[in-house]
Amino acid sequence: MTLRDAIAQFVPDGSSVAMGTALEALIPFAAGHEIIRQHKRDLTLVGPISDMLFDQLIGAGCVKKIVAAWVGNVSAGLAHNYRRAYEEQIPHAIEIFDHSNFTIALALLAGGLGAPYIPTQTLLGSDLIKTNPTFREAEFDGKKVLLVPALQPDVAILHVQRSDENGNAHAWGHLGITEEAALASKQIILIAEEIVPREIIVSDPNRVLAPNFKVCAVVHEPGCAHPSPVQGYYNRDHEFYHEYHRATRTVEGNAAWLKRWVYGVNDRKEFFRELGESRWRALQLKEHRYAAPVDYGY
Amino acid sequence: MNYTPQELMVAAAAREIRDGEIVFAGMRLPLIAFALAKNLHAPNAIGLFECGLMRDTPSPELLYTMGDPPNIRDALWATRMINIMGLLQQGYVDLGFIGGAEIDRFGNLNTSYVAGDNARATKLPGSGGAGDIASLSKRLCVIMAHEKRRLVERVSYITSSGFGDGDGWRARVGLPRGGPSAVITTLGVLGFDAHTGEAILRSYHPGQTIESVRAETGWDLRVAPDARETIPPTARELEIIRQYDPQGFWTR
Repeated sequence: MTLRDAIAQFVPDGSSVAMGTALEALIPFAAGHEIIRQHKRDLTLVGPISDMLFDQLIGAGCVKKIVAAWVGNVSAGLAHNYRRAYEEQIPHAIEIFDHSNFTIALALLAGGLGAPYIPTQTLLGSDLIKTNPTFREAEFDGKKVLLVPALQPDVAILHVQRSDENGNAHAWGHLGITEEAALASKQIILIAEEIVPREIIVSDPNRVLAPNFKVCAVVHEPGCAHPSPVQGYYNRDHEFYHEYHRATRTVEGNAAWLKRWVYGVNDRKEFFRELGESRWRALQLKEHRYAAPVDYGY
Repeated sequence: MNYTPQELMVAAAAREIRDGEIVFAGMRLPLIAFALAKNLHAPNAIGLFECGLMRDTPSPELLYTMGDPPNIRDALWATRMINIMGLLQQGYVDLGFIGGAEIDRFGNLNTSYVAGDNARATKLPGSGGAGDIASLSKRLCVIMAHEKRRLVERVSYITSSGFGDGDGWRARVGLPRGGPSAVITTLGVLGFDAHTGEAILRSYHPGQTIESVRAETGWDLRVAPDARETIPPTARELEIIRQYDPQGFWTR
């Protein structure tokens, strides 16, 4: 399925969408840009830190609610669109349900377990308990606990290294809350750097991300995660984050950035044309580092 | 010897890491402090990164974020965040580093909403893992810019808990352990009174004085009886820092 069709079909207005779940790597930027191009509205974005992607969707007017631990730009600083939306209602007001990285992980873990909530000791005494109305404090054996209610997003958009045509996928490197998001979400859009035969996936079942019957779409979109890195495929384009940070300081600057990198291109192929071949080449692997094979023989 | 304020802060942060400790050092200057400590006095320290990584060697090259590909090379474990946070909640983490936009007398940190003159507060990025690290690690080290508007009597919002309003607060609200042990700023290093939880000036950086640091602090900052000048980075420390960050992305 094409990315365009997957977003059109499985991300209707008003959906709750989990993205950027591996933290700084494997962020499905191409999917975010397609959501912007299709003018999706009233989305609830669920994730840990999102590194710049949530800010882009907020600035483009796609977002009604943020359920996240952090919205910013990890190596460059603040998120200008997030600030403008909260402080000046530009392009419009957004609701914010504050989480920490641990509580968003627990909320999705609970969702994936089919449990109503998970108790924790984190954040006790903090004001996140006041600004996230879903949190509850309780006592267990005379000790205070924070109850983190389950989240079950409508769809998780997950970027992986490789998948077969039926959504059996391998992902590696640090995974953040990707497995929790996959198991908690009602449906999964998988975006893969490579589509491989089923034999490759079943040769190493310990590396499989999630049950494929939750996968509603498999998209082959190499380079989807740029400027974030994909282990074994390409490195992080640090400067792209800094350029975005500088460009989006003003509303006009943000509009110009979106025009150049999102509205001005139809798909990833055109995006990479705009990025330029030499810049993309500079992000390619310096060397391969293969894992030793494991023996599943019996 | 010439060095930048950031290099001094990295050296000071590295000295907070003791050999054999399990540390969270997943952001900015502490990414370099972990590499520095591993190379010098803490060869057996273990780094945990909430993206889902554990390693016992410094990453082979400079990290812009904890999730950069070099941090996965030769990692001891690449896993899920929940496993790393689970270790933190169990009490395995000796020391956690976080940054701060606003901190108060009792070491409470705000990186969420800063009240100002406007009708609506300024929106900062939020907790990330900071609130968890502040809640659950045994010791907390904060790295931040020292300005009067950032070091305030009382933060308007607690993202990452310090000692609340003082003695006994952490136990009262249900936190199992911990609290800030050091705040490394651009001007000096603060510690905390073991009984009252109040910040105390431990050292002032070369070029500063007790008075100049107090003047940039938004409350009547107490001073340790043995307060002295911060030990500047040694030649060896600077060599390692510059080897690791040759372009000075974080340290210049």
